[in-house]
Amino acid sequence: MSSLCLVEAVTDALAVEMEADPAVLVFGQDVGGKGGVFRATVGLQERFGEERCFDTPLSEGGIVGAAIGMAVGGLKPVVEIQFSGFTYSAFNQLANHAARLRNRSRGSLTVPMVLRTPHGGGIRAPEHHSECMEALFGHMRGLKVVIPSTPYDAKGLLIAAIRDPDPVVFLEPARIYRSVRQEVPQEAYAIPLGKARVEAEGSELTLVSYGAQMKEAREAVRQLAAKGRSVELIDLRTIYPLDAETLVASVRKTGRLLVVHEASESFGAAAEVMAAAVEGAFEHLQAPPARLTGPDVFAPLARGEHHYLIRSEQITLEAERVLAYEP
Amino acid sequence: MFQAYDPREGKRLSLLNPEGCLADCVSALPRPSDEEVLEAYRVMVLARQADEWAVNLNRQGRMPTYVLNEGQEANSAGALLALRPDDWFVPAYRELAGMIMRGLPLHQIYLYWHGNELGSHLPRETYHMLPISVPVGSQPLHAVGLAYAERLRGSDRVVIAFMGEGATSEGDWHEALNLAGVWKSGVIFFTQNNQWAISLPAGKQTASATVAEKAFAYGFEGVQVDGNDLFAVYAAVRQAADKARAGGGPTLIEGYTYRLGAHTTSDDPRHYRVDSEVERWRALDPLLRLERYLRLRGLLRKKDVQDIKQKCLARAQAEFEQAERLNDPSLEDTFRFMFHELPQPLARQLERRRP
Repeated sequence: MSSLCLVEAVTDALAVEMEADPAVLVFGQDVGGKGGVFRATVGLQERFGEERCFDTPLSEGGIVGAAIGMAVGGLKPVVEIQFSGFTYSAFNQLANHAARLRNRSRGSLTVPMVLRTPHGGGIRAPEHHSECMEALFGHMRGLKVVIPSTPYDAKGLLIAAIRDPDPVVFLEPARIYRSVRQEVPQEAYAIPLGKARVEAEGSELTLVSYGAQMKEAREAVRQLAAKGRSVELIDLRTIYPLDAETLVASVRKTGRLLVVHEASESFGAAAEVMAAAVEGAFEHLQAPPARLTGPDVFAPLARGEHHYLIRSEQITLEAERVLAYEP
Repeated sequence: MFQAYDPREGKRLSLLNPEGCLADCVSALPRPSDEEVLEAYRVMVLARQADEWAVNLNRQGRMPTYVLNEGQEANSAGALLALRPDDWFVPAYRELAGMIMRGLPLHQIYLYWHGNELGSHLPRETYHMLPISVPVGSQPLHAVGLAYAERLRGSDRVVIAFMGEGATSEGDWHEALNLAGVWKSGVIFFTQNNQWAISLPAGKQTASATVAEKAFAYGFEGVQVDGNDLFAVYAAVRQAADKARAGGGPTLIEGYTYRLGAHTTSDDPRHYRVDSEVERWRALDPLLRLERYLRLRGLLRKKDVQDIKQKCLARAQAEFEQAERLNDPSLEDTFRFMFHELPQPLARQLERRRP
């Protein structure tokens, strides 16, 4: 075991998979010599050479498009897009090719690649650096979308993503890259994609979140426990495919649902979770499923971020409203 | 017009040498007046002082991530000096001197970097400029569109778009040059080749010997100028603007320059480049060169240099404080500019968030 923060767990996952499989390679802007702007790929070029960990020109579409060709050609590229908002430049390659090639070629050609990019705000970053794009990727069809909230999950989910036979978008919550340390096994281990994790069991309310927002959700669960309320906390971990089974089982037990995410509200992941609850646990619901999300605005710059980000006190307040609802 | 400086023949337009002496050939080229050179000097000193102060503020925790301009001031200062105030200015994010030259108040520029969207409030008829564009290489296309609009409305305004050499690897950049070539757009594409795109050296960004030569494949002229030389930048931009105004189409200008500092305050260049390279470029500092020229010409005394520097630092400090004092954006501010009228989901979300 070693004590790692989330970004170090990412580096560790990349290293163990590069060690185990010579087809795995890592590239993107500034990932080689500099080791990534968030230092996620530090040391990989020294260890595995410039052919397997390298810098590219400034070209997001080029990075993803070339990765598609490499994946079809038998490699397992793990590419980094430096900041979330720059992924928009690669949408053509992602949506029109990475996601569709298996289907287009009737299963004969596949794209086992991973796109890693930071997720979310709260780091006082410039514009376009705080995007939450999971719903866009989830809606693209043909992409799996993963987002960890702990160092342990980051390593296991990234390893699973690299081993997955299909393209995976791996979103890394930048705000908690270095905020928490956790004991992480040194060896390789895979956490299955598409499985949510019940982090704390409870009986009165199901609270669902993911990524950096889990930190606030955990705090809200503590605040509610101090008031004698029993909340079941679920970390979604995978946005697509959504683990409806775990969600439905929990809502059938608690009868109440609150989904919290940083991303904007309309057509977001919360709507999908609420739909799963309504479809699978309708007769058990004791309150309308609720969501607490970012508004449909662009993430403000540093001085307006507090209007956008969701704090634990707001989650607690909303949870109390859902808990107080009487049918 | 640029035949004498064909980048494919390894030629670069350079007029002011590091000792501050002008080349003889300057007489055949457009050249700023003494007053204009002094104005550009003051703008560049202010940009340098404002830049250094911003880095200092970042270290104090009073400024979020800031993009550094040190060493590149002559590019945007010289370019904007050569243009009319109503010519369109489409910046990337390393054109601080050009923004000051355009008349944008320093406190407003600081406001943007301090994390307040009001820093990008740019009434069209006041500034004729677009806001800072962070997605690399995306904005040159907007310049092509602006030039189309101006031509259709019968104006002779030209458009200048800035970008770094990293941007030349983006698809949008190539699409912009291609469209401009086909449409004979009145656009000047100004690439500040500062040798480094964060940690990637220019030699790994492109296999071309120069950025400028790429223009010829799109059917128009390209020229490489010494980007640390105000006179060379001015001459090239002025000629490109005259050509564009006369309907002669676009020009690609590569300002060959150097990023003396980090990419941003979040970057540490010691991870990827050697100090000796930086020191070599320090000797070519555009500000030092201009200072020597002005001293030699008797337009600046030794004591003026210190005096201007101190006044500029004091001004930067005062303007930052003005930006810092301004109220944070309100909750309503984060909603009200999404659409002309607030649609129902946004109105509901705003209502829910009001205390």
